[in-house]
Amino acid sequence: MAEELPGTDVAADAAGADPHPAAGQPLLRIEGVAKTFGTFRAVDGVSLDIKAGEFFALLGPSGCGKTTLLRMLAGFEAPDEGRILLGGKDIAQALPHERPINMMFQNYALFPHLSVRDNIAFGLKRAGMARAEIASRVAEMVALVKLEGLEKRKPDQLSGGQRQRVALARALARRPRLLLLDEPLAALDKKLRESTQDELMELQRRLGMTFIIVTHDQEEAMTMASRIGVMKAGKLAQVASPRELYEAPRSRWIAEFVGDINLFDGESKLRDGHRLIIGTRDAGALVVAEPREPVGAGKFSVAIRPEKVKLSRRGPVSEAGHEMAINRLDGVIADICYLGGTTTYKVKLDTGGMMQASVANSARLDVDAYSLNQHVVAWFTPDDCVVLPS
Amino acid sequence: MRKVSRLSRFNVASLALGLAFLYLPILILVIYSFNASRLVTVWGGWSLRWYHEFFNDRAMIEAAWMSLRVAVSSATIATLLGTLSAVALSRGERFRGRTLFSGMLYAPLVMPEVITGLSLLLLFVALNAERGFWTVTIAHTTLTMCFVAVVVQSRLGSLDRSLEEAAMDLGCDPMRAFVAVTLPLIAPAIVAGWMLAFTLSLDDLVIASFTTGPGSATLPIRIYSEVRLGVKPEINAICTLVIALIAVVIVIASLASKLSSAQGESAAPL
Repeated sequence: MAEELPGTDVAADAAGADPHPAAGQPLLRIEGVAKTFGTFRAVDGVSLDIKAGEFFALLGPSGCGKTTLLRMLAGFEAPDEGRILLGGKDIAQALPHERPINMMFQNYALFPHLSVRDNIAFGLKRAGMARAEIASRVAEMVALVKLEGLEKRKPDQLSGGQRQRVALARALARRPRLLLLDEPLAALDKKLRESTQDELMELQRRLGMTFIIVTHDQEEAMTMASRIGVMKAGKLAQVASPRELYEAPRSRWIAEFVGDINLFDGESKLRDGHRLIIGTRDAGALVVAEPREPVGAGKFSVAIRPEKVKLSRRGPVSEAGHEMAINRLDGVIADICYLGGTTTYKVKLDTGGMMQASVANSARLDVDAYSLNQHVVAWFTPDDCVVLPS
Repeated sequence: MRKVSRLSRFNVASLALGLAFLYLPILILVIYSFNASRLVTVWGGWSLRWYHEFFNDRAMIEAAWMSLRVAVSSATIATLLGTLSAVALSRGERFRGRTLFSGMLYAPLVMPEVITGLSLLLLFVALNAERGFWTVTIAHTTLTMCFVAVVVQSRLGSLDRSLEEAAMDLGCDPMRAFVAVTLPLIAPAIVAGWMLAFTLSLDDLVIASFTTGPGSATLPIRIYSEVRLGVKPEINAICTLVIALIAVVIVIASLASKLSSAQGESAAPL
């Protein structure tokens, strides 16, 4: 809510950028940005538009260049190629203190010699804000991240979660046009991480601010972000909503990186209307829905998420199920992994391959649970499959 | 924990022996400084006579004053130069010859003092510089700045770089980030470095005797020349005062270093 943030936009003024970019224009435009360290191309020609108010996640394994890209946005590294436009103004070569962008560091980087209050006020003092205004802004930030009563503490007198809040408050205090978060939750334990995720999302919605988060944790990215950019070896492999990323990954690598998946390699054999028949080595012939972009003949991988695979003792029961369940694979249970909410079964298929099926434990006393070496039928519909180029 | 911290008889004995080995001579010196007797080795009862004698010994007082002035000014210059070079080495861009430069900076740590003193003497003679207060100060700065650099550099090395980045992110140019964040955090190490340089300068005899001139003897030179003519109990009194001064400085320095490690991850070695 913009009305919650009266007063001057300190950081934006410092950069002299137009605080109100034309509607429809992205807040941040990254154009062909590249960065090389020695002979290693850390970021290799990344182009990306980010709209105002987005919660964007850069996701990728370590060493994929996501942190380097974030550091270029913050100004700690200068790109070798390309432009970074913030509200239409190229900031690629601007120094960190000249950008209306703030960053929350992975280790929080709180100043150990300053109290919570002085840490939060640090950026405001540099902006030459009046004393009274600083005091009220700090109080506002302290309330925002629920740190009341801890203002006089030093960082080493705070818990990990409290430090994380101070770091967030300090980065938000200047009301940046863009907030960068470098693995903000990596140092927290699981329970705290989950509640902090919710708080971050809530905060972002309430402030209407643009967040870019860097993470290697795909669950974190899926939970929080409205859009995810997956990076691999310095390039953006796919930019999509969490749902699209999960259900329609663009490549085999993304399909395997995001979530669990069954993959069967094979060749396209027949086309039947909107159905393709792909002959796979490990799972026989599979009927799949034709992908959005039509594919020709050649080598493909068929990908099915474990929770899309249904198991039963004798195949689908209902007529409707029969109709859809064109893919039926016989096998025996080879491994059972009970996870509480779900159970993951590994099925050794008669055709030779292995298939994972994730079944929700919807009943507390599950008399229907399968046992090891039990014969089962694994089935799924053509629409459950994704065809990926090999 | 209790097992480890409990002292066995053997540990107590070895600790006592070690401490005695280190501090017995000093203890005897301190006790004998309160000796009333004229003879150094004969105990004649308690007295402050030799302290009184020292404070009336103009030459001795002048030497002590000279030593203090040299120690304060050389420690200050060494701290300034040592801190700057430590910052350059740990924060600057990787320049050509960086390794060579850091090696050269630390050379005086291991260089025999006789060589340092002799080479400085040759330099001052070649420059035709009048030897006295300034030549000793310069010589002591040469000796002590590497100690300061080592202490400050180790503190800088343990300091998280992202603190400076955070300061820049929050609106500081690199210079202001250094002043607002780095400097307060390395201040204890700088203080410890100054104290170290001060004590090193105060007790140096070899380099000072090479580089000083007539009429500007430091305290160690003066004491040494007196002792050669025979030990007067007055020397004991002077030495006791010097020990007290150095003890105070060392305590302050280690407190500063402790403060420095409490704020950051690891302590400056001292």
